Amino acid sequence: MTVGQQTQRRLANRFYGAVMNFFQETGALAYFAARFFREVIKPPMEFRELLRQCYNVGNRSLMLVVVTGFIIGLVLTLQSRPTLIEFGAVSWMPNMVGISIVREIGPVITALICAGRVASGMGAELGSMRVTEQIDAMEVSGTNPFKFLVVTRILATTLMLPLLVVFGDLVALFGSALVENLKGDVSFQLYFNTVFNALGYGDLIPATVKSFFFGFVIGLVGCYKGYFSKKGTAGVGIAANTAVVTASLLLFMVDFIAVFVSDIFYEL
Amino acid sequence: MNQRTHIPYVKNGTLQKDPEGRKVVIEIRDLRKSFGDNHVLNGFNLRLYEGENLVIMGKSGSGKSVMIKCLVGLMQADSGYIEVLGKEVNTLDRAQLDTLRADIGFLFQGSALYDSMTVRENLEFPMRRHKEKLGAFADTEPMVLEALENVGLAHTLDLMPEELSGGMKRRVALARTLILKPKVILYDEPTSGLDPITAKEIIELMRSIQKKYNTSSLIITHDVDCARVISERMVLLVDGINYAEGTYAELSSDKDPKVEAFFKK
Ligand SMILES: Nc1ncnc2c1ncn2[C@@H]1O[C@H](COP(=O)(O)OP(=O)(O)OP(=O)(O)O)[C@@H](O)[C@H]1O
Ligand SMILES: [Mg+2]
Repeated sequence: MTVGQQTQRRLANRFYGAVMNFFQETGALAYFAARFFREVIKPPMEFRELLRQCYNVGNRSLMLVVVTGFIIGLVLTLQSRPTLIEFGAVSWMPNMVGISIVREIGPVITALICAGRVASGMGAELGSMRVTEQIDAMEVSGTNPFKFLVVTRILATTLMLPLLVVFGDLVALFGSALVENLKGDVSFQLYFNTVFNALGYGDLIPATVKSFFFGFVIGLVGCYKGYFSKKGTAGVGIAANTAVVTASLLLFMVDFIAVFVSDIFYEL
Repeated sequence: MNQRTHIPYVKNGTLQKDPEGRKVVIEIRDLRKSFGDNHVLNGFNLRLYEGENLVIMGKSGSGKSVMIKCLVGLMQADSGYIEVLGKEVNTLDRAQLDTLRADIGFLFQGSALYDSMTVRENLEFPMRRHKEKLGAFADTEPMVLEALENVGLAHTLDLMPEELSGGMKRRVALARTLILKPKVILYDEPTSGLDPITAKEIIELMRSIQKKYNTSSLIITHDVDCARVISERMVLLVDGINYAEGTYAELSSDKDPKVEAFFKK
């Protein structure tokens, strides 16, 4: 075999391994999700833990969502102003910014922030609980750790993400309104009136539904990576890291599908 | 305890039989477990009689932790028969297993305290699911205090685990293990990673608790001093089988190199 052939073969092997790995991982994640749906309907419900996790999700990401939202609203408006002025369409600013934030930017940015903060946090937390045998300790003390740790966390992200998105959207719109108010003499009232008139159910419902799915993905991936973390402290780091990467990738896929599906509904 | 009829020393995978016919609390027969090509347990046998302190010794990586994890259903054995308190572990469903686990105390090798919870919450945790054992509206506070007092740490009630030293953590973990007054206690290296003085304290605690509640204990250790102090009977786990069984004195005077290796200074 020539060197070229060897390299070729090695590359092929590597590619094959990566593809197999991808499918294995996807299968395991789907199985994990199925287990979530099986366990979530079974009593007893861990309400206290669920509340605690909801608080954690909000606490970890709210500040970041607010700051990022504000800046994005501000920058988006500042940068599109010259172009819109050129076309004499600056009065369309609230419509354009409002729709792009509510339909796409708000949910995606909020979800990405949560993937970075919450999914990695869950990966690390559950990972270290796995490594230090805390999950085993729960199991032997008669509490189903999947229900106590995983189900509550996935529910918490699923419920909290839409709330965070609404929050992020409002702050982003406020940032945009601030620019318009200072540079274009548009009152806040007029700005928000225009935005809300421009938004229809066709914008709000898909965005909200999408946010629930984003939340589910974040919780699912974070918990999956942590729950099956490899032994050792290195395993915890890997769990936290891959949780962010996988969650972000999956978020974009879900977003792509969501846009596709809501497009179909528009045509009807 | 010393008036008991002597149990004859046995070797090479045979089981010691108790001439007094005490109740068998744990029975393991021909337990096998491999991880890929790593054959950890190759037909391990064990019998724990009621009220005794049995020490299991084995080298690091010989499968001691794997063995007790199979015992409580945390790990699935490849084959073999496991019976705890008269129940065959592999045939139980989740609810039955949980009921059985209320009677088994498990002290983990690294304490395994829940680090997002206070000491109090750690101790209350095992009681959440075992209300039926305690009565649905039982006040847990006195039990938590009693358990903490048993290990001499009543003042740590509202501390977080990270604020405790390693030895204190082990004692809190011991309190958590004992809070449901289990009939059998499994200790996975209760003294590992502790200085000799703290280790001695833990051993004393284990003995006093054993006397107080008359539990049966399975103690995993590679600390020879610990084994000498606490064991009535010992099992050496070598090459995945119960290589030799007997008292500390019998085992430590055996000339078999595999046995001798444990007691060499
Ligand atoms: N989940 C697992 N996956 C793969 N191999 C494992 C797993 N758990 C244990 N092993 C292997 O089983 C063997 C026995 O491990 P075990 O933890 O029982 O050792 P041990 O006797 O408790 O040692 P120590 O005294 O160091 O705690 C080791 O070789 C270990 O690599
Ligand atoms: Mg071990």
